[in-house]
Amino acid sequence: MSVRVQHEDFDVGAEIARLRAGNPKVGAVASFVGVVRDLNEGADVATMTLEHYPGMTESALAGIVEQARARWDLYDVLVIHRIGELRPTDQIVLVVAASAHRGDAFAACEFVMDYLKTEAPFWKKETTPEGTRWVDARDSDSAARDRWEPKP
Amino acid sequence: MKVRVLYFAALRERVGRSEETVDVPDDVNRVGELQRWLAARGEPWTTAFAETRRVRAAVDQSMASEGAELHENAEVAFFPPVTGG
Repeated sequence: MSVRVQHEDFDVGAEIARLRAGNPKVGAVASFVGVVRDLNEGADVATMTLEHYPGMTESALAGIVEQARARWDLYDVLVIHRIGELRPTDQIVLVVAASAHRGDAFAACEFVMDYLKTEAPFWKKETTPEGTRWVDARDSDSAARDRWEPKP
Repeated sequence: MKVRVLYFAALRERVGRSEETVDVPDDVNRVGELQRWLAARGEPWTTAFAETRRVRAAVDQSMASEGAELHENAEVAFFPPVTGG
């Protein structure tokens, strides 16, 4: 299991190769790459700056990965999240889940992203032609997380 | 009781600092009480907390509800809803 918070870009192919290297039991690898868009809420985005809570960020991500591992059969999970100033088309986040079968890998990947969006302490600030603004949290993200909660 | 208070993102900008150590009175024992006590100190805290919708908190780097208990030298962070990913 690995969680990284970094300024540098990442190489998806190399990360996936490293994650499953030497494990012939892995039959499925699902990955998600989040990318900075050039348009948000009707404004052109020139740059996006990611702030985070050092220490808590890493433990929150590790906790989310632990929950995923308790829920599905996974050989390994990787989360990389970038911080600092990014631009449209830049990669921002990577989640990779390796399992024997695709069902667990897909589900875990989506679960980790849904929890990351609502529980990991990152904040985005955009620069647009009108100036800078903090990005608002979306209710749809909370709804996406809540569907994983046990039904009452 | 002394606690270290951290602010992030829009709330950090509105308060004008990223952290401070405060000595709170005996009747401030929970996260919600600390938030109200900070906001009642005057500016910039009053406006900063009033203008930040749905303030969330963490105690010792774990998400915490309003009712979470504080302790001596706790690290208490206040911030807007998170927007990573």
